Amino acid sequence: MNEKNGTILSVNDLKTYFQTEDGVVKAVDGITFELKRGETLGIVGESGSGKSVTNLSVMRLIPEPPGKIVNGDIIFDGVDVRKLSIEEVRKIRGKRMAMIFQDPMTSLNPYLKISTQLMEVTQLHLGHSKQQAYEHAVEMLRTVGIPAPENRIDNYPHEFSGGMRQRVMIAMALSCQPELLIADEPTTALDVTIQAQILELIKDLKKDLGTSVILITHDLGVVAGMTENIIVMYAGKVFESAPTKELFATPANPYTKGLLKSVPDPAHEEGKPLYQIPGLPPDVAHLPPGCPFAERCERAEDICEREFPPFVQINENHHSLCHFAKEVYAESINQGSTIS
Amino acid sequence: MLKFILKRLIIIIPMALLVVTLTWGLIRIAPGNFYSGEKKLPPAIEANITKKYGLDKPWYVQYGKMMWNIVQLDFGDSLKYQGQSVNEIIWRHFPYSATIGLLAYMLALLIGLSAGIIAALKQNSLFDYGSMALAMLGLSIPNFVLGPILVLVFSLWLFWVPPARWGGISSLILPVITLAAIYAAYIARLTRAGMLEVLRSDYIRTARAKGLSEKTVLLKHALRGGIIPVVSFTGPALASLLAGTVVVEKVFAIPGLGKIFIESVFNRDEPLTLGIVAFLSILIMVFNLAVDISYGFLDPRIRYE
Ligand SMILES: Nc1ncnc2c1ncn2[C@@H]1O[C@H](COP(=O)(O)OP(=O)(O)OP(=O)(O)O)[C@@H](O)[C@H]1O
Ligand SMILES: [Mg+2]
Repeated sequence: MNEKNGTILSVNDLKTYFQTEDGVVKAVDGITFELKRGETLGIVGESGSGKSVTNLSVMRLIPEPPGKIVNGDIIFDGVDVRKLSIEEVRKIRGKRMAMIFQDPMTSLNPYLKISTQLMEVTQLHLGHSKQQAYEHAVEMLRTVGIPAPENRIDNYPHEFSGGMRQRVMIAMALSCQPELLIADEPTTALDVTIQAQILELIKDLKKDLGTSVILITHDLGVVAGMTENIIVMYAGKVFESAPTKELFATPANPYTKGLLKSVPDPAHEEGKPLYQIPGLPPDVAHLPPGCPFAERCERAEDICEREFPPFVQINENHHSLCHFAKEVYAESINQGSTIS
Repeated sequence: MLKFILKRLIIIIPMALLVVTLTWGLIRIAPGNFYSGEKKLPPAIEANITKKYGLDKPWYVQYGKMMWNIVQLDFGDSLKYQGQSVNEIIWRHFPYSATIGLLAYMLALLIGLSAGIIAALKQNSLFDYGSMALAMLGLSIPNFVLGPILVLVFSLWLFWVPPARWGGISSLILPVITLAAIYAAYIARLTRAGMLEVLRSDYIRTARAKGLSEKTVLLKHALRGGIIPVVSFTGPALASLLAGTVVVEKVFAIPGLGKIFIESVFNRDEPLTLGIVAFLSILIMVFNLAVDISYGFLDPRIRYE
């Protein structure tokens, strides 16, 4: 068996739309990516680009209505998740693929003890008795770095700080040793020192357990040291996908370049405002016919407003959605890397 | 927790006295009194009565005396029903109101909660629209209209149940339904709104992401938060249901507290009015306290000092 290097998840031309009063919101419109066992994939993009919807689709957690996965395959360990019945999906959720959400303050049930919320996962999926589940829960809390877990486990979420709650969420997600962990902006709601701790924790656990991880963020700085590959999303589309090093060194898309420019740089001059891509993300219910990024793009030309850009292959693993992908790539090579 | 309960129980006393004082003031400000009826009394008798009830004393002496008696839970005798104490009258009539009120309360909870929960789960379904339309109707039909309609249909046309008066279980059916309707409607709407709000929340998504069945998600994770708005409503609702509603008791000729209360006001039967007011205010405050306590059980974030 080539388990070790096999593909754990491959998503092919995924389209998830929402029916709203404003029209059809094409939140995810033709996303393709692949995640190898034991690797980490970063999904990066501005707010509203469809990162969460992509991953909620993988978990089959899109609220329906108003949402619907209208197209694509989601192959998880050889099985198309879209073709499974909801009961079969439930057997996978929480057991073989788990998810951590953005806001730890609202993602835990305020009415139930931490112990209850942890125990129900292993009681359900691993057939643990109450006793076993309790002990396992204490162990999990210890693993994620909660001090004196046997004293804290019967607390309620409000008795924990934000960082501690995110640790609890991680403990919960990893209770059954899932093969895939989806972390949806796990640190966005936390302050900077806690952010670093949580990322470190995910990194360590991933190494120990061999879990494959999808790490969602809108901050390219976060994914730099954590991922093998990155896909950059904009307006429900993949704008660029590449191995992490290559993406940082030689981006082939003006949008990626903008995101890279807005990463806080340690050598950055104090007091100087951070770069921001001008303008706002588009309304995905009313997209123009051309490139959705054109009106914010520094190097847009007439063709960008008129025609939808091609998904250009730069090399085997590097693609970019841009009329001028090759040119942008060449510029990046000439400039040399700014961030390594 | 115990300290909190004690504190709240103690506060009830001055609050009840305040309510009684205000009521007393209103009765006194209103022109006339129990003795200024149609029948003119001979001056000698009137002087006697005035003396007996201390009506010749200054108002603060009268007020003080009344309060002193009330603090000892002695509301005196009714003026209208000679020789009967107010306490006796209240305890004689309260059970009628309480029986109907309690039954109506349980019926309203049963219907309201289940309709609300199902409507929330099947949002925008036929059941949702149907039950919410019915709830709208229930809220907008006053019970003095609903009561007679029910009597007309089920008693006078179908002869299923007696139209009025107290006697046997069958006589309870119509007044209980009439009384429950508006509450059931309101509870259904509150439940639906509360459940919808909770079902959209992040922690429900987390529960689903764990692979829990829809039933577990609903009963274990969603229900508690969803019914909190209902709980805050049901305390005062129960109090006012037990207190008896004038209209329903009138329509169905039930000798309950509500009916006696209104009559005491019309009769200017001051001791009886004050007694019932004190009784009801204590009842309402006790139920509000019960609601606050049950919050503590439902929501661990609430702590009582
Ligand atoms: N339940 C929903 N109903 C309607 N539209 C939705 C719903 N959920 C998401 N969307 C839309 O889908 C688009 C993508 O949303 P998504 O949450 O995936 O963005 P994101 O990339 O995760 O952003 P963020 O960084 O803010 O989390 C947005 O335009 C959003 O408005
Ligand atoms: Mg998101």
